[in-house]
Amino acid sequence: MTRHVILRALAKLLIPCIMLFALYVQFHGDYGPGGGFQAGVIFAASIILYALIFGLDEARRAFPPRAVELGVAAGVLLYGGTGVASMLSGANFLDYTALAHDPVHGQHYGILLVELGVGITVTAVMVTLFYQFAGRRRVE
Amino acid sequence: MNAAQLPALQIVIPLLAAPVCVALRQPRVAWLTAVVATWSSLAVAVVLLQHVLATGEAVSYHLGGHAPPHGIELRVDALNAFVLLIVTGISAVVVSASRKSLSEELSEKQHYLYFAATLLCMTGLLGMTVTADAFNVFVFLEISSLSAYSLISMGRSRRALTAAYQYLVMGTLGGTFILLGIGLLYMATGSLNMADLAVRLQGMEANRTVQTALAFLVLGASIKLALFPLHVWLPNAYAFAPAMVTALLAATATKVAFYVLVRFLFGVFGTDFAFDAMHLDRVLMPLALAAMFSASIVAVFQRDLRRMLAFSSVAQIGYMVLGLSFASELGLAGGIVHLFNHAVVKSSLFLVMAAVAIGVGSTQIEDLRGIGRRMPWCMGAFVVGGLSLIGVPLTVGFVSKWILVRAALEAGLWPVAVLILLSSLLAVVYVWRVVEVAWFEAPAEDAPQVRRPPAGVVCAAWTLAAAALVFGVFTDATAGVALRAARMLMEVSS
Repeated sequence: MTRHVILRALAKLLIPCIMLFALYVQFHGDYGPGGGFQAGVIFAASIILYALIFGLDEARRAFPPRAVELGVAAGVLLYGGTGVASMLSGANFLDYTALAHDPVHGQHYGILLVELGVGITVTAVMVTLFYQFAGRRRVE
Repeated sequence: MNAAQLPALQIVIPLLAAPVCVALRQPRVAWLTAVVATWSSLAVAVVLLQHVLATGEAVSYHLGGHAPPHGIELRVDALNAFVLLIVTGISAVVVSASRKSLSEELSEKQHYLYFAATLLCMTGLLGMTVTADAFNVFVFLEISSLSAYSLISMGRSRRALTAAYQYLVMGTLGGTFILLGIGLLYMATGSLNMADLAVRLQGMEANRTVQTALAFLVLGASIKLALFPLHVWLPNAYAFAPAMVTALLAATATKVAFYVLVRFLFGVFGTDFAFDAMHLDRVLMPLALAAMFSASIVAVFQRDLRRMLAFSSVAQIGYMVLGLSFASELGLAGGIVHLFNHAVVKSSLFLVMAAVAIGVGSTQIEDLRGIGRRMPWCMGAFVVGGLSLIGVPLTVGFVSKWILVRAALEAGLWPVAVLILLSSLLAVVYVWRVVEVAWFEAPAEDAPQVRRPPAGVVCAAWTLAAAALVFGVFTDATAGVALRAARMLMEVSS
């Protein structure tokens, strides 16, 4: 891919924008359309684009498979952990009202954390799937 | 946190233990995490069952603090508390035993994935059992199924992949049918909460949408529980999965699917609709009888012991569905006790197979000549399990078949009672074939040396075999609870 200057230059320009947009979709999800799943897919798309243009090895160096796998686990733990935190503060599982002094703030924090967990896991799972399929050696 | 939080813990513990396994990655640490998670789930299930039996009332839990019917409700009554106990108990025993045996079939690097998938599968099964929300059933069904496919594909032989794929196709069909059924119910009633659905469905017998929903739900659940003509995915999946996975899935996955069928028929549609108006018993009873005979006959002619046990599973599922199809308190109780019996016994027998596969290196019946004298503990557990499979007195298998026969007589169906006894004779044949080869034939001259199977596996097999004996003598714990659960269901549905 060393020859495709236009592709490489454009990708370098686009990837940060895609990532930023993913974060916007992630954290603006409670006011407008969006949320963790969509944001996760968009973020993963930027990583996959990087791998397509600059090669799988480069992508693996930037986003090591082990770290991505940790991301899969971390997202679920964040989601479940939020639920457990609300249980520990005396409410039911995933009842965010107990997370802050003000119930509205509690709901806000709760959904933000849970959606972040979803986003992290979706990103990590998409990238893992891509690594798995792209990493398979071709059958001669 | 107090006792009221227990229904949620039943799902949360395995759900959070799974990513911990992935994050920590060390095979030993992952195993320890899984052991702690499964045993604490078992403790939660025991407390829940005691609580439900003591108070006689269901525990209702509002997820996220949103009240039903709009919010998602978890609801534990005598029936699903009993199923929770079975699923967590079997998982705890099998997971504890699986470390050494697993090393035979799976590289150490993959162990953490195995434990994570096992815990996720457990999450799904427990979720299906504990939830009172119809759509939640589908979500948890998919969680348990997807992890079950990946667990089966971890088998050593390459045929495990095709077996997992076959299960994936059939399982997805089943899941989709269930989803369609739930969608149609939602369309007709505008509700997803089971208790609310039951109220709203009253007097809707003539509604085509609801009738179609019933058809889809029964068909979908029948695929997942491997009712006779829809069982083709089961023998290969059980025969080629890693031995420990078979021991776990054989005892839990189909049982929870059976629970879901019972819950929908009795807890949502009600007997008036499902049996008096739609005559489901006329479909389910012949299929159950066909399963009992055809699968038992096929089992008699199997050369591979794991396949034999798998076909025997299909036959045993027939007994459970037969109990359900009587649509009576006694019949339902028989089905539930048989669920317990089969879960415990089949898990024990598949654990024996795991030990034999390590000891002899094969589960083909001709390689097992004289194995009884060389692996007495192992094959001893097989004999006990086999006796309970047949339904010999003093085993829990006798209790369940006794109740089923009584239910058949109560319904005035004495030919069915005779058929139950006749099909038990087929079980005698296939169990005896193994016992004869293992205990009464001399080992072959050139038989290779037997390796000592891991003590954990043999202990686990005996634990479950002993449970079959203990609960065969102290029937209050099984038949008593099952009768209470059945009475409660019949009250709800009438």
